[in-house]
Formats: sequence, C-alpha cells, structure tokens
Amino acid sequence: MSVATQDTAIRTGRVTRTLIYLILILFALFYMLPLYVMAVNSVKPLDEITGGGMMNLPKVFTLEPWAKAWSYAQIGVDPTGLQPYFWNSIKMVVPAVAISTVLGALNGYVLTKWRFRGDTILFGLMLFACFIPFQIVLIPMARMLGLMGMAGSTGGLVLVHVVYGIGFTTLYFRNYYAVFPTELIRAAQIDGAGFFQIFWRILLPSSGPIAVVSIIWQFTNIWNDFLFGASFAGADSQPMTVALNNLVQSSTGVKEYNVHFAGAILAALPTLLVYVVAGRYFVRGLMAGSVKG
Amino acid sequence: MGFLDIDNTTKSYGAVEVLHNVDISVDEGEFLVLVGPSGCGKSTLLNMIAGLEDISSGEIRIKDQIMNGVHPSKRNIAMVFQSYALYPNMTVGQNITFGLEMHGTPKPQREKAMKDVASLLQIDQLLDRKPGALSGGQRQRVAMGRALVRNPDVFLFDEPLSNLDAKLRVDMRTEIKKLHQKLGTTIVYVTHDQIEAMTLSTRIAVMYGGYVQQLGTPQEIYDSPANIFVATFMGSPAMNVVPAKVVLKNAKPVALVALHDGSTVSLPFSQDNMTAWDGRDIMLGIRPETITDEDAADRNSSNIARMTNRIVVTEPAGSDTFVTMTFGGKDVIARMRSDADVRAGADFPFAVNMEKAVAFDPETEMRIIP
Amino acid sequence: MAQAANADFKTRLQSLLPKLVLSPSLALVLVFVYGFIFFSVYLSFTDSRLLPSYGWVGWENYSKLWRLSHWKTSLTNMGIFAALYISVCTVLGLGLAIFLDQKVRAEGMIRTIYLYPMALSFIVTGTAWKWFLDPGIGLENVLQTWGWATFEFDWIKNRDFAIYTVVLAAVWQTSGFVMAMFLAGLRGIENEILKAAQMDGASNWNLYRRIIIPQLRPAFLSAFVILSHLAIKTFDLVIALTGGGPGRATELPATFMYSYTFSRNQMGIGAASATIMLMTIAAIMIPYLYAELREKK
Ligand SMILES: Nc1ncnc2c1ncn2[C@@H]1O[C@H](COP(=O)(O)OP(=O)(O)O)[C@@H](O)[C@H]1O
Ligand SMILES: [Mg+2]
Repeated sequence: MSVATQDTAIRTGRVTRTLIYLILILFALFYMLPLYVMAVNSVKPLDEITGGGMMNLPKVFTLEPWAKAWSYAQIGVDPTGLQPYFWNSIKMVVPAVAISTVLGALNGYVLTKWRFRGDTILFGLMLFACFIPFQIVLIPMARMLGLMGMAGSTGGLVLVHVVYGIGFTTLYFRNYYAVFPTELIRAAQIDGAGFFQIFWRILLPSSGPIAVVSIIWQFTNIWNDFLFGASFAGADSQPMTVALNNLVQSSTGVKEYNVHFAGAILAALPTLLVYVVAGRYFVRGLMAGSVKG
Repeated sequence: MGFLDIDNTTKSYGAVEVLHNVDISVDEGEFLVLVGPSGCGKSTLLNMIAGLEDISSGEIRIKDQIMNGVHPSKRNIAMVFQSYALYPNMTVGQNITFGLEMHGTPKPQREKAMKDVASLLQIDQLLDRKPGALSGGQRQRVAMGRALVRNPDVFLFDEPLSNLDAKLRVDMRTEIKKLHQKLGTTIVYVTHDQIEAMTLSTRIAVMYGGYVQQLGTPQEIYDSPANIFVATFMGSPAMNVVPAKVVLKNAKPVALVALHDGSTVSLPFSQDNMTAWDGRDIMLGIRPETITDEDAADRNSSNIARMTNRIVVTEPAGSDTFVTMTFGGKDVIARMRSDADVRAGADFPFAVNMEKAVAFDPETEMRIIP
Repeated sequence: MAQAANADFKTRLQSLLPKLVLSPSLALVLVFVYGFIFFSVYLSFTDSRLLPSYGWVGWENYSKLWRLSHWKTSLTNMGIFAALYISVCTVLGLGLAIFLDQKVRAEGMIRTIYLYPMALSFIVTGTAWKWFLDPGIGLENVLQTWGWATFEFDWIKNRDFAIYTVVLAAVWQTSGFVMAMFLAGLRGIENEILKAAQMDGASNWNLYRRIIIPQLRPAFLSAFVILSHLAIKTFDLVIALTGGGPGRATELPATFMYSYTFSRNQMGIGAASATIMLMTIAAIMIPYLYAELREKK
C-alpha cells in the first residue's frame, strides 16, 4: 500500500492493544481461510475430502488433481483441462491491456495538456462508461460483434475489453498527468518539439509508475472477467473464468472437489502473483478508481 | 517600428478580457521588465509573445514579422520559466541541446554550442547530471543555458528568480544583468518584485488589472509615477500618500496636511501649476527617504520644508531606521539614518524634501502633471 | 482570424492533433457505450424476443416486468443484499482500518492478507465459498467431526438464508479494499489536530467519534458509491456460488436480465430490466462524478 505510517498521536492501553491484535488476527484467519481450504484440499485424493476433514492437512499428498485440472479434466465436450483456456485468456488479456493502456495514456495527455472547451464533459462521458451495468450493452454488443464478423473470436473480446477499459486507463493517466508541470510542455514547445515528440520524449519517460498501475488494473479486471467471456466467447476463445465455471458446475459424474480447487487456484494464480509482487500498485489503482484526486 | 512590437494587443478567456489593448514597442538590446502584482496578466502577455497563448486581437511582431499564429518554436525566442521546467528524465547536457536537436542541428554543432554555453555559465561539471541532483541555483543556470544555446532574437523570462532563496536571488540578479551587458540581446522579463524591476531593466512596464499603467525608464517610473498605483507599488517602503488641501500662501501654492494632534502644517509646492488647485483636495505623495532629520536633508534640494510631529514607532533596520508617525490621518513612514536620535512617543523635527513630492487627483488617482 | 492566415500547414496540423488522437477513443465510447445504451433502451420498448425486433410496444415490457414475481424476488434480494453488503463492508472496513492504524506490528502483512481477495475473480471466490459452506463437506461437517454434533449450517441450501451467503462471500472479497480506503483517509488527517484534541482532554472514544470519523466523509462517500455500483453489478459471484438458487432465492437483477435475455428469449423484458439497472446506477454515479469533476476545475 502507498500510505505511509505516520506517528499517530493516539495512545492505547495494554488491554486494548491485546484486544486489537486479537481482532486483527481473527480477521486475518477469516480472509485466509478459503484460500487455505482450497490449497490443502487440492492436494488430497478425492475420497479423503468426501470423508470429511476439510480443514485437515492431507494424509496422502498428491499433485494428481492439479495435473488433471490443468491438462485432462472434462470441460465442455473435450477432456482438455484448463490449459487451452489459460492460453485463450493470455491471448485476450495481453493485447487488450496493451491497447487500452496506450489509448489511456494518449487520452490523459490530451485531456490535461491540450485542453479544449468541453474536455471535462468528454472525460466525464468516458468515465461514466466504466460504471454502467454491462447488461445494458450485452444485446447490442452481441449484434455488433456479429456484424463485424468478430463473434466468438478472441479479437472480439479484446475489442470489448478495450472499450470498457478506456475509461479507467484514461482516468489514471489524466490524474497523473494533471500534476505533471505544464511549464515542461511549454518549454518543449518552444524547443520545437511536436505533439508526439513531447509525449514520447518528455511525458512517457516519467510515466512508469502510472503505467504499472494501469497495466495491473486492466490485467486483473480482464483476467477476472466472466460476463463478457460467457456472453461473447466462442468454443475456442473461452477465457479461464468461463472454463473454471464450466468445470465446477458440470453436472455429469462425481464432483471432483480436489480438481475444482486446483482449477480455482490455477485461475487465480496470475492475478494473485501480480498482487503479491506489485500489491502496492494494485492498491493505488483501486484507490484512484474511487477516491479520485 | 521597434525590434519587438506589441501592437494594441488584447487577450480574452471566453467573455473575460484579461489584457486590455497593450501597446509596447521594444528596441533591440533593451531589457524590458513587466512588473505588477500577481494576476495582473504579466505571464499571459509573455506567453502571447512566446506563442503559448493565442492573441485575441491586435498584433505582435518580432523584427517586423507578424507572429500571430506562428508556432512558438518558429519565433526564434527562448524562455526561462519560474519552475525552470527542466526535463527530469534528461541530463543537463541533453536538456540544453534538446531544442537544437528538435531543430535538426547536427550533433557536432550541438556539442560545441553546449560546451560554449556551459563554460559561459560555469556549469561544465554538471553536464551529465539529472536535474533532480542539482541545487536551485544550478537549475536556474541550466534553464538559462537552455535558452542561451538557441541564440534567440528575444529572451523571455517568467519570474525566473522567485523560487530561489533571498541571497541567491540577489546573486543571480547580478548574473543576469552581467549576461545582458555582455550579450546585448533583447530581453522581456516578468517579475512581481519591484526591486528586480528597478535593478535590471532599461525600461519598465508597470501592469495592474490587465492594463499597462505606465511604461518608462526606472527613473521615470520612480520619480514621476503616473498614478497612485504605480507610486505605491514601486519603491520599498511604499510611497506615503496622504490627503492634503491646496491653499495659496503669499500667492504660492502650499499643501495643508494634518499632524498627529489635529493641527496642520503647510508644505510649499515646488510646482507653480498647483496654483490652479487652490482650495481643492489632493493626495500628496511623499517617499519615505524624503522625510529625514534636519542634518540628513538633501543639500541640493531647493525646497526643504520643516515640521514637528510625534513618533509612534521606530524600527531600526541596520542601515536605516524607519519611523512611523500619524500624518494626514494615516500611518506615514520616514526613513532616517540609523544614528538619528529617535524615540517612540517623542516629538521630533522632520525635514521634508518637497522638491520630490508629487500630487495626485483624488478622483482619477492620476498624477497632476507639473 | 489573423491567426489562421499566418499559420502554416504544419502548425495547423499540430493544433488538430490532440483532437485527432482523442477521437478514436471517443468514437468507441460514443458507439459502444452510449449508442448501445440507446439501442438497449429502444429494445425495451419493442417486441424483441429471441432476436431484436422493432415492433413498438410502448411500456408493455415494463408493465410485464413489474408483474413478474421473478423480477420482484430479484429486487427484494437486491435490497437485502445491497443493504447488508454496503453496511457490513463499511463498518468492517472502518473498524479494521482504525485497529490497523494503532501502529500495530506487521501492519504490511496484515494489510496484504486483508486485501488479496480483491485480486481474485468472483468465480474463484464463489467456487471457494460454495464448498466451504457446503453442509456435506464444509464448515458444518468440520465442526461436527470436531465434536459439535448438533451444529447446523446449511444456509447455502436454505431458501430463506441463501442470500446471506452471497453477502458473506461478497463482504469477504471487498471489505479489505474498503479498509484500505478508510486507512488512507485516516492517514491523511493532520496529526496536529489529534494532538490538539488530546490537549483538550478528549478520550480515544471521543477523539474518533467527534474529530476523526467526521473527517472521513469523503472516504465514506467514495466507499458508498463504489460499493453500491458493485452491488448492482453483482453477477459472477451468484453464478458461481449458488447459480441463483436454491429456487430463485439468490436471483439478482443482473442474473435475471441474463436469463431472460439469453435463456428464456424474452429480450424485450431483459432490456427493460437492464434499463432499470442503468438508471439506478446513473442516479448514484452522475451526481458523484459531477461533483468530483467540478471540484477539480
Ligand atoms: N486559462 C485561463 N482561463 C481563464 N483565465 C485565466 C487563464 N489563465 C490566466 N487567467 C487569468 O488571467 C489573469 C492573468 O493571469 P497571469 O497572466 O497568470 O497573471 P500574472 O502572471 O501577472 O500573475 C488572471 O486573472 C488569471 O486568473
Ligand atoms: Mg505569472
């Protein structure tokens, strides 16, 4: 997190402090519990789970559920495991994140450094687009993707995620560039730098931190999306979340809880990894989306 | 036609006009200072010269070329900003040569120009550093280097010293003046600090509320302010402006001003044309340094008036002692030698150099021209 | 104007570039957001069923919608869910933030633990909680085998209580984020004000009640806006956790819209429900965005 601890003026007694720690630890357990349950049960054989003892450590340790979830669990009609869907997600996420971040950076640059009458209203329109219930665009979007020949394709999903992500990326870059000194832009203009030269040579080299925020935010959102994936993906472009849901909800055969847990962790792994490695930026992104400066 | 002409130029933001019909002509090699309180439109005018703001009406010409609509980089001007505006991701050397690079100057020439400027400003040893690793004064020099290297027709400065501490500000002021004397380029310099304006300029434009109040040499501005605003804005402490009444005494015009106890003193005018104001109220302007003790009065003056008034406060400031008294119903400051024998509460005999006094029309606030 | 006459081509191009660069994004948003909104709202007044159709039926879809018990159930569920989700997240978030702000040890680690659920997909969250709450293998079973034989916890299978399990999972996912928002707010308060209040003899309780919490108004507002729009958009979580069931016990407007549009071929009614969702969010977001963007000027 980006918030530094400050020297708080509040003092608390011994009993109060113990109580505070107790509560904090209790909630830490609450937040950890589902992850713990998934993790321990994903390495147990199925009969150990159905026999009860969800909280116990495995008596027999096995990586079989992971292997099955990844490469040969029955999803849809084929026993492919989650593997192909993982790559579908990657193929969708990478271009969508890249395009929406580049557009957001350019938009933020224009909206702060090349202001014109009505620019705030335009920005407001873009920003509001982030908050609409996406149900309102599902029907026409399906039609439009059909018309453009992108129905069921990864390209179509990329387009959808770019469109509904621009508002956030623009917000991030706009807020960041707003405090970037305008005098620098003026100096560069006098020096003879053009619109793109200023962006490329002056602004972009200082944009590292906000680019990270934007990328992480977009990555997390798009990776975790279910609604668009479920609505617009074809059989060979379904993302990980949709496949996981199919795996878990499939009504045929016995419920292989251990495989489901392994699959859920696999689906969560990329974003969890990003969160652990770059949590600071992740939180900054969350905050920028709410307490907008 | 001057070297730089600002011809009946106006600036509006939407319906609000922030600069009204500005007319200034600057000769080659001049050092013009735009001075005025914050928000009076100095930066806006400078940015219009630079091409960073559109011109709403009127014309700006450099070397007889109309500049309206010409891109900033094509005006052959250079600008030094208040925040220095150094590119944070480039080294000092890259900062200095960025403009040349953008204009397509070949690398060897850029290198040479950079070396020349760096040695002129004594920043050779800083060329590989990033701006973040420089002190305020060093950044200031780099910003000037970036402007100098372009060898422009006109230098524009927007409050370049106001981010420096007091001591450095005085040093850099001298530095800029030396540079101007050495290079002889035309400079337009914006500041809100009237001392900078007085010390640096060959001519000053005092601005207020989007109007140029007065345009003239520092001496003209100081001795013959066009109106009460200019009179009180220029000079520190500010000129005392007190209500007075003009009467004729032996057919000579004098100003009647109230002393602390309500009695009046009559101060004879040097200007005979004040006769026309016989019986009318005016505002009398007296600079603090023209109210002294008897011994310190200006020996070259032909018109020293005397009055005894009570001292309210004394403020020793080292070289001088400032004395406050109630005069014309207002707090009036006199600037005394530091060894003058002044004490709060005492009555003291003051000498007023009426040759330097100016009178203003209380209605229009304009100076009454002798 | 005098400007244009003098401006060369390159300069004019430069002055057009910003708008040129902004226009693709703007076009995308205008078509894909506002055009589509318009289209959906239009569909809600037509007789569209499996496919869009343009027979105008006026308010018929809306009156049908409001007569459907299914829709009323999903609205009731929304009311329960939103009220609990927003209030529990806010109270929990504020409480945890205050506790965490007492210069506790390992603050960084605790924060990380509280916040990580936000990085997960709702599908993952739903899957995890689904089995954790399952009476057969989950919590109920565990406590029973630990010796609490009479313990019963079958909410997820119980029509009357299933909606609360959705609240539980949603709170688990978002409350850490609300905590982070309040923590940022707490850290932003001038320390000198607190010191002054202590000089005035305020107890910790009064310090929070009278000085600190009132200053967190912006954080409360942001939390409310974010949480309410998340609540209205909740969809994936229900799909993964309960699939809307048992029965219709956890149907929400978002799942209602989806099933009416894509499974039941009632596109007109689906569009009408989506329009109502949009209006609700707009009523919250537009004043907020307006205030935020205006202040900045
Ligand atoms: N972009 C703008 N839109 C509207 N008014 C402006 C803008 N920029 C400056 N102004 C107004 O123009 C006036 C002059 O500003 P400026 O030239 O910056 O003053 P100075 O540099 O003398 O302090 C101020 O009253 C300011 O509020
Ligand atoms: Mg200024």
